Amino acid sequence: MPNKKYVCIICPNSCEIDVEYSGKNITKISGQTCKKGEEYTRKEFTSPERGLTTSVPVHGGTIPLVSVKTSKTIPKELIKDAMAEISAARMNAPVKIGDPAIKNILGTGVDIVATKNVPKK
Amino acid sequence: MIRKTVDVAVVGGGPAGLSAALSAKKNGAANVLIIERGENLGGILNQCIHEGFGLESFGVALSGPEYMQRFIDDVEKHRIPYMLDSMVLEVSADKKIIVSSKEGLFEITSKSIILCMGCRERTRGQILTPGTRPAGVYTAGAAQNFINLKGYRIGEKAVILGSGDIGLIMARRLTLEGSKVLAVAEILPYSSGLPRNMAQCLDDYGIPLYLSHTVTEIHGKKRVEAVTLAQVDERFKPIAGTEKKIECDTLLLSVGLVPENELTRKAGILIDEQTAGAVVDEDLQTSIPGIFACGNVLHVHDVVDYVSLEAERAGRSAAEYAQGKEKKPQTIKTTPGEGIRYVLPHQLSADSDVKLSMRVMAPARNVKLILSDGDRVIKTLMKTRVNPAEMIQVTLKKNELAGCKKIIVMLQNAK
Repeated sequence: MPNKKYVCIICPNSCEIDVEYSGKNITKISGQTCKKGEEYTRKEFTSPERGLTTSVPVHGGTIPLVSVKTSKTIPKELIKDAMAEISAARMNAPVKIGDPAIKNILGTGVDIVATKNVPKK
Repeated sequence: MIRKTVDVAVVGGGPAGLSAALSAKKNGAANVLIIERGENLGGILNQCIHEGFGLESFGVALSGPEYMQRFIDDVEKHRIPYMLDSMVLEVSADKKIIVSSKEGLFEITSKSIILCMGCRERTRGQILTPGTRPAGVYTAGAAQNFINLKGYRIGEKAVILGSGDIGLIMARRLTLEGSKVLAVAEILPYSSGLPRNMAQCLDDYGIPLYLSHTVTEIHGKKRVEAVTLAQVDERFKPIAGTEKKIECDTLLLSVGLVPENELTRKAGILIDEQTAGAVVDEDLQTSIPGIFACGNVLHVHDVVDYVSLEAERAGRSAAEYAQGKEKKPQTIKTTPGEGIRYVLPHQLSADSDVKLSMRVMAPARNVKLILSDGDRVIKTLMKTRVNPAEMIQVTLKKNELAGCKKIIVMLQNAK
């Protein structure tokens, strides 16, 4: 049976997970120490997704940049396009954690949201 | 000089400082004060915009700023006063703190003090990289600050020396920002970062990692023009003939962190040369009664959640000391044995359960972690893999400590 090895990125434990598969189906998963690890590996085998964190310029704030993240993971192959769209975004102070910088990025249903409070200058 | 008196003074307003201050307050210290050098509370986590913080404490993966905001909100809620832009110049053994701030020079007298100054990056000077001294050589943390807090583009083509977590995180960050990361070189035969960061920061972006490699020369007059990489032997000496010159304009250094203990040493507090942090007992009290240490100033942690938890303990101890609570003698000494780099705390009381923190010397698989008192094995734990990048924590129960004079921790092959 062919197999693939994964390093789980969910938590610092970094479990090494072994997947046996035939065609597009997983036949055995081993090495994970929690349910999240198994979910991650199944997803990673079929359609890998990642969270994305970066920053966006903010107008009129006490600091020049606000950190942002994807509200949920997005398909790995969209990371580059998402970065291109985020690089054009701007926010206005005051910004609160959770405020959207971009809604529904690339039609994924996922928002780009602030992860820092930026008060007005 | 402006004079002030408090119950618990906390030096540093980063992850350790805020958690320690909150814990001191919640454990009955009436008058707590946080002294922070920077413009904001939160310390280094303000620039750690990536995710993965808080899994242990909150059960969710947060970015650095989100993780810190939870503590900052709590500090505000409990009305704990803090001084910003305030540099502690001296901590003395009689628990007086000299602070330089915009309002002037302060002398703060405190019943107890918690040291939470964090750590610093090792620099080019500390690893003695030969070559010219052009612009474009940054520590990974300085690069992180420039990119994430100031929005600077720091370079187009980068090489990263050292595979510590900040270096790996920055490899991804530079790539996302449109720079090309040509190589990560690590002098050790294994990565010094967490495996998950190898996977999501290097493998995801096809960035090559050269193990047992180092930078033997930096080229360029005004700006970095290239670096020479070479393979090293088991004594970390470059092997002749393995050199390759890589054209780049930027070199990032992620070559380790050192606890920032200038104040600690000046106060005359005993330092463990292995951790480069204070020698502490299970209350996280240093060799000077009433002065406590926690977080990265005590020993460099892998995960911030463990910093917060350790700081809670220090905060509680500092509050108890300030309230004059009697302390149990701590006569059990801990010692790192075969395969273990360090064990903390250094002294235990056998009066309560205690959590030991330790790191191994080298990666290994299928090993036994053995805790003994020299004659008798107290606890054995099987580990399928251990890694110097990951801190190991083991809890010893009060009854397991009864009658022990010392605790030796060692690794043994399980087969």
